[in-house]
Amino acid sequence: MTLKKIVKQVGALGVACGMALGAMSAQAEDTIKVGVLHSLSGTMAISETTLKDTMLMLIEEQNKKGGLLGKQLEPVVVDPASNWPLFAERTRELLEQHGVDAIFGCWTSVSRKSVLPVVEELNGILFYPVQYEGEESSRNVFYTGAAPNQQAIPAVDYLKDELGIERWVLAGTDYVYPRTTNRILEAYLKANGVAEEDIMINYTPFGHADWQNIVAEIKRFGSAGKKTAVVSTINGDANVPFYRELGNQGVSAEDIPVVAFSVGEEELSGIDTAPLVGHMAAWNYFMSEETPENEAFIKAWHDYIGDTKRVTNDPMEAHYIGFNMWVKAVEAAGTTDTDKVIDAMVGVEVPNLTGGTSTMLPNHHITKPVLIGEIQDDGQFLTVSSTEELVPGDAWSDYLEGSKDLISDWTAPISCGNYNTQTKSCVGTTAE
Amino acid sequence: MIPICRLTPRHAVQQWLTRLLLLCLCSLPLHTSAQEAPEATPAQPTFDELVRQLPSGNLRQRATTVEQLASQQDERLADILAALIVGDLLANKDKPPVVAIRNGDTLTDALNGSDLTGTSGLRRIPVNNSLRTQLRGMVAQLNLSHPDSDKRYAAVQRFIRDGVDGETAALLRQHQPSEESGRVNDAIDAALALFDLQTGDRDQRMAAIDTLSGSLEQEARNALRSVAENDEDATLRAAGAKAIESIQGRISFYRFIENVFFGLSLGSILLLAAIGLAITFGVMGVINMAHGELIMIGAYTTWGIQVLFPDLIEWSLLIAIPAAFLITALVGIAIERGVIRFLYGRPLETLLATFGLSLVLQQAVRTLFSPLNRSVSSPEWISGTLSINPVLSITYTRLYILLFGLAVFFALMLVMKRTSLGLKVRAVSQNRAMARAVGVRSNWIDALTFGLGSGIAGVAGVALSQITNVGPNLGQAYIIDSFMVVVFGGVGNLWGTLVSAMSLGLINNFLEPWAGAMLAKVLVLIMLILFIQKKPKGLFPQKGRAAAD
Repeated sequence: MTLKKIVKQVGALGVACGMALGAMSAQAEDTIKVGVLHSLSGTMAISETTLKDTMLMLIEEQNKKGGLLGKQLEPVVVDPASNWPLFAERTRELLEQHGVDAIFGCWTSVSRKSVLPVVEELNGILFYPVQYEGEESSRNVFYTGAAPNQQAIPAVDYLKDELGIERWVLAGTDYVYPRTTNRILEAYLKANGVAEEDIMINYTPFGHADWQNIVAEIKRFGSAGKKTAVVSTINGDANVPFYRELGNQGVSAEDIPVVAFSVGEEELSGIDTAPLVGHMAAWNYFMSEETPENEAFIKAWHDYIGDTKRVTNDPMEAHYIGFNMWVKAVEAAGTTDTDKVIDAMVGVEVPNLTGGTSTMLPNHHITKPVLIGEIQDDGQFLTVSSTEELVPGDAWSDYLEGSKDLISDWTAPISCGNYNTQTKSCVGTTAE
Repeated sequence: MIPICRLTPRHAVQQWLTRLLLLCLCSLPLHTSAQEAPEATPAQPTFDELVRQLPSGNLRQRATTVEQLASQQDERLADILAALIVGDLLANKDKPPVVAIRNGDTLTDALNGSDLTGTSGLRRIPVNNSLRTQLRGMVAQLNLSHPDSDKRYAAVQRFIRDGVDGETAALLRQHQPSEESGRVNDAIDAALALFDLQTGDRDQRMAAIDTLSGSLEQEARNALRSVAENDEDATLRAAGAKAIESIQGRISFYRFIENVFFGLSLGSILLLAAIGLAITFGVMGVINMAHGELIMIGAYTTWGIQVLFPDLIEWSLLIAIPAAFLITALVGIAIERGVIRFLYGRPLETLLATFGLSLVLQQAVRTLFSPLNRSVSSPEWISGTLSINPVLSITYTRLYILLFGLAVFFALMLVMKRTSLGLKVRAVSQNRAMARAVGVRSNWIDALTFGLGSGIAGVAGVALSQITNVGPNLGQAYIIDSFMVVVFGGVGNLWGTLVSAMSLGLINNFLEPWAGAMLAKVLVLIMLILFIQKKPKGLFPQKGRAAAD
């Protein structure tokens, strides 16, 4: 083989490659890419895999309806493997290599905090579907889960006003969401005249399995003659042994009710719920809501996943709302350009699954109903209280010293995530 | 209708006149309607109508219906209310609905008692906490004359909890002479004393304090405390304070016992998790990072047995013990033959290889069975509490796990000390060359020993499935603790493992209320590090020539 031939062949190969690449990029321009950033392995896979499936289902449905702006949507699924720094890397990969137009992802607050600088630097869009502690606002993030005033505060109000609770156990897993939520709740309870000694705060490590001591302590705390309740921000896996221990030690929901912020239908599907009947959870959605939208959603989910025993839960609804809002905003903007979509997002209204219409607010949070449900023996919730109107999400808590004067408003003229209403200035990056 | 407006005096007189007139006019038809009322009675529904009304309306309406039901004397009432509390009262969507009571697999009509088994479309009538509390109070009243003494005891307990009023006190006084059970009688005494303490005269109250000072009920304590702190009468205050003090003394004694039990129970879990590792790591010297995953496989076996034999839930744990042992032992032997055998004498490589293996096993389970936790149900005989007195109760699950952990330990001791396998294992671990020289097939023994250690990890998984999540991450939670126990107890010493598991459990448990769960773990680790610095070979180091190398 002469050198010439080789050069020729290499050249041909190069042309072929070039053509192939060209064809690929041409094809790439015909689709709109949507990043799905949920852990499919590691500790958080238990919760996040379902959300990945939800996103794939929503994208498939949208494609059946003809896609978006005349193009098909193409999901790009990556696995950050429950590893927080990897979340940032995968986000960079999604935005830089795949050029996705929106990312739906994250579960834990620490993963969101890890992704935050990357989406801001590369000007991406992130939809975050899980209830969180607030005290944060980013132009590039849309928070479709509940802020504390959409979950924690109404739940405490319900316990206080409807059940006459006077003594409070704030039990949580030791990380940022429970710590901040409990800080807000403690301030809120004290503002409502609850004495210091009537509040017990307890933190446990992730995956804590031995609850006998703590449950015994809660029982003792609850035996002081005042009606006691547990507000639980215990996360994920630790809940199962906690509830088992409650059941075993005979703490019934009538004596000491537990209201949880991280326990939904999905978590209950791994437990024998008979001893838990009557314990509560506060969410913005329950699978048991009887609305036509919800029935259609559940049916679509069962058809997609091929298993009628699978449940739906609150973060899934958040993705449903977030995705539909994004679709509407892109249609309104007529482009997937990040800045134009972010501007078009504010004010978008889409129906939620509980019969109302959720709106995207200028602070990038949405309006949601707050529901309190009691666990039933089939692992579903019975709604015992729901707010009459939708509650607008508040990024900065009104009950914390540092944040009560702050608001977030990403529309002109303020365009700031932490605007101080007292000093009329944008705090900028110094705010926590 | 009288319009409300500011009145001048003249107006006022006119108003009065009109008002008087209106009153006369109104009272006439009112009077007649009052006379007619008894004949019409459409407002007073019958018992059957009320029961049929239960499924309709919201929770508040249901509460009113229940109240109306309770005011009617009907022998079907107790069964219906009891079924409603536990969610066994079902109804369909017909008008009027069929209301049925579920009892296991059979369905009976709540009203006429006919058999409805196999009827479809019946759904549970939902109840919430406040309704359930209301119902329990009603059931308690009905249960006071129940033939079962446990039911009567629960009824009196419910009265004490809800607060004893004049009506219940009268009911209790009327019932007490016919009561045979001593336990129920004591509870009635306490309930009546609580009532007397609030309403009685001075002597009655003194007597009540005397009675209550023997009771460990929290309501008694609270009532006494309020007397001791707030009462006007100084003698009563002093008596109350004295009673509280004597109760407090007994409570702290029981609390100590409770703490010891909790500690031993935590220790038994550590023991179960670590005991397999004591064989593979302690005796064989293999750093097996996949030990946790073997526990997980054992737990999944329990789940598998429950799925395969859904009718045998009561027996599932007993079936799962040998099954989990066999399966994990086979997996263990496969690991030993496939990986570890090539790495003997290279601890670092073994560590890395088994760590990789643990990740592979985790992800395999995730792919095979989904990343979601599996629900393992507890058989009836293992749930519930052994209530010794109102301040000390021991959960059966923990008690059984404690006994089971000890049983596994002693069974293993027996195998190691009394069987030929045990002898060979010890021989190989002490001097491989010499053991081979006398005809022990050391390769074969290695595989069997590793299988034995793995099998025991599987058995631990069966026990752990009863207290924690059965999911792909189950093993990770226990691997560190297991190594901690084995190292603390002294590598190669089974007794050391027992002592170290129990003492770590106790230390952790006594630290926890004082330091919090987070800090307790940290403190235990720090203490362990300091201890290992001082005594690198653990609590019970191996002695003799085997320990030298």
